Amino acid sequence: MTGRAVTLGLAFVLLSGCDGVQSMLEPRGPHAARIATLWWVMLAVCTVVLLIACGLVLAAVFRGRGSDETELSLKQQRSLVIAGGVVAPVLVLLGFLVYSVKISQAMIAEPANALRIEIVGHQWWWQVSYPGEGRTDLNVTTANEIHIPVGRPVSIELRSRDVIHSFWAPNLHGKTDVIPGRKTHTWIQADAPGTWRGQCAEYCGLQHAHMAFLVIAEAPEAFYAWMNAQREPAPEPQSPSAVRGREIFLNGPCMMCHTVRGTLAESTYGPDLTHVASRRTLAAATISNTRGHRAGWVLDPQVIKPGTQMPPMNLSNEDLHAVLDYLETLR
Amino acid sequence: MQTSDANAATIETTGTSEDVLDRTWQSPPGFPGWFLHVNHRSIGKRFIATAFLFLLIGGVEALVMRLQLSRPGNTLLSPDLYNQFFTMHGTTMMFFFAVPVMEGFAIYLTPLMIGARDMAFPRLNAFGYYVYLIAGVALYISFFLGMAPDAGWFAYVPLSTKEYSPGMRMDVWATMITFIELSALVAAVELIVTILKLRAPGMSLHRMPLFIWAILVVSFMIMFAMPPVMVASLMLAIDRTAGTHFFNVAAGGDALLWQHLFWFFGHPEVYIIFLPAMGMLSAVIITFSRRRVFGYTPLVLALVATGFIGFGLWVHHMYTAGLPQLGSSFFTAASMIIAIPSGTQIFCWIATLWGSRPDFRPPLLFALGFFGIFILGGLTGVMIASVPFDLQVHDTFFIVAHFHYVLIGGAVFPLLGATFYWFPKITGRMMSDRAGHWSFWLAFTGFNLAFFPMHQLGMIGMPRRVYTYIDGLGWNGLNLLATVGAFVFAAGIVVFVLDALISMRSGPIAGRNPWNADTLEWSTSSPPPNYNFREIPVIEGRYALWDATGANPHVVGLRDDRREVLVTTVLDAHPQCISILPGPSPWPLAMAASVSVAFIGMLWSMWWVPVGFALTFVAMIGWHWPRHHVRRPPWEEKERPED
Repeated sequence: MTGRAVTLGLAFVLLSGCDGVQSMLEPRGPHAARIATLWWVMLAVCTVVLLIACGLVLAAVFRGRGSDETELSLKQQRSLVIAGGVVAPVLVLLGFLVYSVKISQAMIAEPANALRIEIVGHQWWWQVSYPGEGRTDLNVTTANEIHIPVGRPVSIELRSRDVIHSFWAPNLHGKTDVIPGRKTHTWIQADAPGTWRGQCAEYCGLQHAHMAFLVIAEAPEAFYAWMNAQREPAPEPQSPSAVRGREIFLNGPCMMCHTVRGTLAESTYGPDLTHVASRRTLAAATISNTRGHRAGWVLDPQVIKPGTQMPPMNLSNEDLHAVLDYLETLR
Repeated sequence: MQTSDANAATIETTGTSEDVLDRTWQSPPGFPGWFLHVNHRSIGKRFIATAFLFLLIGGVEALVMRLQLSRPGNTLLSPDLYNQFFTMHGTTMMFFFAVPVMEGFAIYLTPLMIGARDMAFPRLNAFGYYVYLIAGVALYISFFLGMAPDAGWFAYVPLSTKEYSPGMRMDVWATMITFIELSALVAAVELIVTILKLRAPGMSLHRMPLFIWAILVVSFMIMFAMPPVMVASLMLAIDRTAGTHFFNVAAGGDALLWQHLFWFFGHPEVYIIFLPAMGMLSAVIITFSRRRVFGYTPLVLALVATGFIGFGLWVHHMYTAGLPQLGSSFFTAASMIIAIPSGTQIFCWIATLWGSRPDFRPPLLFALGFFGIFILGGLTGVMIASVPFDLQVHDTFFIVAHFHYVLIGGAVFPLLGATFYWFPKITGRMMSDRAGHWSFWLAFTGFNLAFFPMHQLGMIGMPRRVYTYIDGLGWNGLNLLATVGAFVFAAGIVVFVLDALISMRSGPIAGRNPWNADTLEWSTSSPPPNYNFREIPVIEGRYALWDATGANPHVVGLRDDRREVLVTTVLDAHPQCISILPGPSPWPLAMAASVSVAFIGMLWSMWWVPVGFALTFVAMIGWHWPRHHVRRPPWEEKERPED
């Protein structure tokens, strides 16, 4: 049942057609493009090596079948081993080494004018914040959804709240581990608008499988529009039901873990919900963010994501709808 | 080991000298006697049988995991159970199957291949086996009690620390790992001394069979690789039980320290599994091509070079941890360089096989399967040595595919071939060629179906160690294919095991040398007599049986009525002295049990450590009790009342 809910969920989210939204073979940024090229080159060379080596093995054992045994002369044997076992691998490996070191250097050189993002790995979700150029009121904090402007480098600082995670959005770049007690760093850039999925790649416990996120690359105008909307505190709820929902939220266990800016809920243990309704997914890109999924998640998250830190909420039907109405206002 | 003692009393001898020799080297009969065995063939067979049992258990775990992953959102295993399964699968296969099975073959074959009657420290051998058995049984008991470890076979901190893995699961893991490494270490000590000091006269180092070279190199690697992981697992254990802070970041510990210590062991571990398989392949290729191998010296150098370079690669497991670039480049270079000795070996074998019209019997088939699978795995290994490429595929199914290609292709296929090859020596009977062909083709096809698609799965985004995945990412079909392949592969293994079990009782009688092979173990009967060799031969060439002139030179002067072995010099195997080996003894078991009291008791209370220590002390006194007089064992007294 869990599976089916999860399964249905994401189909809505990823508009771009599903295959390849989390693939290093469909690069959409400079790093991923370089690595993909490296892969195709290595694949071509290694395929040739594999065919030659296996061909030689087969030739060796099938040669002379039905006729007399033949043997290579000592000199031929020596040349074969030196050529195939030493010279050829040295040349191939040297080529690979130089090529890959060159790519590493290109990846390290981070351009100026990068947009800064801070990401904190939690068991089992990603906190994403955009420091507001020295002004705390311009800070934006969201979760499991990384918006970036197309064509601009994005410098990412990674920290962990608990165990080791690994940040990976394969369409844009390789992994960077997220290690408690240290800051690690990477930078990415998207060359075209699009939505891709990324996922934690270092085993981090029970729900490692459901610790994903979306990267949404938009034209700069759209990105800044999003950013400005995110900077706003939560809007005042209008409908009586939503007002009641906020009351339940602020007087219940919700505010022990979550932040809704503009209210008294300021805890950072769980994801910031100030604009939760604007996000495309819930539970770390596990289910799509529909009213039905929000209801299921609030009532019994343990069914959708067993072991998640979010406890089940014991709400009456009426209260549940009030909370859902309130959450819907958090756009 | 005790040097020859002039005061030692002789035992009475009756019957022919062969009877006396047989009685001297006999292992005690019956079930209680089972616990007294110290003979290398007994111990070797136990290692092999136990390890194969663990292979089957680990294999079943793999199949269940494959079922879980056969479709998105499957609920066959809960996340908690899945995490235990993959942790147990890795731990079982690496620590309880791959290393012990290689040790088992080494312990069984080494004395036979070098012309010795037993190993240098027979009781230590038995001790190692009991430690292994106890560790394995304890680990699986914890599994059935629902306390199996669940932080991966690599147990990265801080996930494996008390804070994030409360309960006893990781305590069990850390303790059992420390324990099993102890077993590997004593086997390594034993093998090194045996190989360097007990070779038959004439078997100078440059005449040693390649399998023995491989075992020698591996034993040295174990000596250097196991201590770091023992230290690490002990640090983890006391971090958890005694609250030390080696890995506690908040208290000034370090999360990456564990990774360095673990992979400093973990990478050589791969070669510890792989090199014995190279030795096996050399033996099979020499026998089935009926040729002297081309490039003995390069092959030996390749083994030694792999042994050294294998210690310089560990950081390639940590490229994503953000290490400085210069350092990473060094490890890239080292990781690529290690392909050269492997390439050299492969081409030496190709040169040897060229035009030899070999017999396509199962051992050779498995050897050929090795070439296809291992070369592919080696090439993906070269790819992931590249930092940028590894950043993408690290911790994905690409890596799962890579190391199964390397380990199953590089170790399990040669191992199955070797099992088929040495089976007649061990049991006296042949396995079935027909079943051998079936098991090979099932295993080969199934393996490739199961693991080849995983390369692509990794590249299209599927990380390792996920208990499920969502629909819509394009992973479904390949996962299903991999699951089907896994079952075909398993069928191949089942055919192999059934064939072995049936042939053990009813296979055709093998005779001394069914393959017309060159190494010394084939000169004695199958299975070998208690004393291995009636006469210790003097070796006349690198291919002991093929190079024998027929003059049959041999050693005289070893007594029949006590366990004597000839000690020779390290380089040239010149006779040096005679060593008297201990016979059947209860102390290895007593010692292993005492050590277990300390290790396993530690899971509940630190107080068991001093208790275990005291018991170990007692066992040690028993073990070292002087034995000037070699008495006839009691069960023989009963059988021979006329004495």
